[in-house]
Amino acid sequence: MYPSRFAYESPKTLEEAIAILDAANGDAKILAGGQSLVPMLKLRFAFPEKIVDINNIPGLNHITFDADGTLHIGALVRHEELEFSAEIAKKQPTIAAAAPLVADPIVRTRGTFVGSVCHADPQGDWAAAMIALGGHIVIQGPKGKRTVEMKDFVLGPYTNALNYNEIAIEAVIPAPQGAAKGGYLKLERRVGDFATASVAVALDMDGAKVLRAGIALAGVGGKTIDANDAASFLVGKDLTEANINEVADLVAAKAEPKSDHRGSSDYKRQIVRTFVKRILSANATQKAA
Amino acid sequence: MSSSLFEEVQNTPSIDIPVRRVTINVNGEPRTADIEPRLLLADLLRQGLKLTGTHKGCDTTNCGACTVLFNGRPIKSCTMLAVQADGHEVQTVEGLATPSELHPIQEGFKQEHGLQCGFCTPGMMMAAKALLERNNNPTEDEVRWALAGNLCRCTGYQNIVKAVLWAAEKMRAESK
Repeated sequence: MYPSRFAYESPKTLEEAIAILDAANGDAKILAGGQSLVPMLKLRFAFPEKIVDINNIPGLNHITFDADGTLHIGALVRHEELEFSAEIAKKQPTIAAAAPLVADPIVRTRGTFVGSVCHADPQGDWAAAMIALGGHIVIQGPKGKRTVEMKDFVLGPYTNALNYNEIAIEAVIPAPQGAAKGGYLKLERRVGDFATASVAVALDMDGAKVLRAGIALAGVGGKTIDANDAASFLVGKDLTEANINEVADLVAAKAEPKSDHRGSSDYKRQIVRTFVKRILSANATQKAA
Repeated sequence: MSSSLFEEVQNTPSIDIPVRRVTINVNGEPRTADIEPRLLLADLLRQGLKLTGTHKGCDTTNCGACTVLFNGRPIKSCTMLAVQADGHEVQTVEGLATPSELHPIQEGFKQEHGLQCGFCTPGMMMAAKALLERNNNPTEDEVRWALAGNLCRCTGYQNIVKAVLWAAEKMRAESK
């Protein structure tokens, strides 16, 4: 399978890339990891006149924690860099848990965190993690930088808030209040399949008490399900069994699963309930240790 | 008869796409080619450079038969534009053996009967090589996870895993 014909540019600076996008007036696509875009080009779902490859732009592959704990993930950070990062493993449990579950190990060497978020697939793991974590996207365009909250970044399936002449340059995850806890669980029929259901949980904890709770779901609706309202039930509370059961029911009620070959809608809702309980129970045990 | 019943007409492409000259280090040798940007790395390797060891199975980023090493890490070469490899290093299955000796991973596949039809084997071996370069003593579980992006339609996974573990042991012994 061949993509349709396109012109290819590989700018060396962000400014150059933005100028190319601006001049193309909406007929160009940004290529980062290419693990979603190249299949779409081959299937001719996408047929841009121009591809702007940002892989040769330096300064976009950083995983950095500020002194206060704010996490920055550059536009060229591959999934596997998050998977193998000792710092992520130590400081950001939701991302650490999700990284090894994204796509398959070969795709993870190329595909990028920010690219996956921009692709805005309703099944995407990172969109769910970003919503649970309350993250935002830093965007650069001809007029400079702007920031968009993750919950406002995805406008619909495969549609994001970027203008045609803008590039998402990094994802930012705010500093936790207290200790960052959380997790990510995904049920898939086999590695690389779309999720039957996935649950992202992000907790900021002060000892046994929850200061902030974020939960988002993938695979159980036409979009990433933002269950942060339901998760806020935990704020100010301990992770007792009763509280865990209560929030699991509240979150499961937020899911909008459809019955299909991956399972019935009831089954998927039950998976969501179980995953919420598992992640929260594991974090309840951790703090006791 | 010299006259032909058929004469090919050259169609002009609707948009003028400049051909790009790329130089890619393939299995240790610089290879230069003029290519259209839409050419996929797998097709450059197979059709352009005649390195047909890299297989195309699904052509949809699922099967991993086209796995090659790009700057030492495994990638699905059907899902990268060849033009992106300009100035970079690519290793294919042809780069594993020396003229006189099989690579321990190849030997492992032979010893442990790690292939039936053999179609997935080049991709499996390149994924295994990437694993063993990072982890020379993987557990069976780690081997299975590392090969999770490579499908074997003969479903010969047991022996593929054994083959990689065999190779890991041999490579550890050789490096002592």
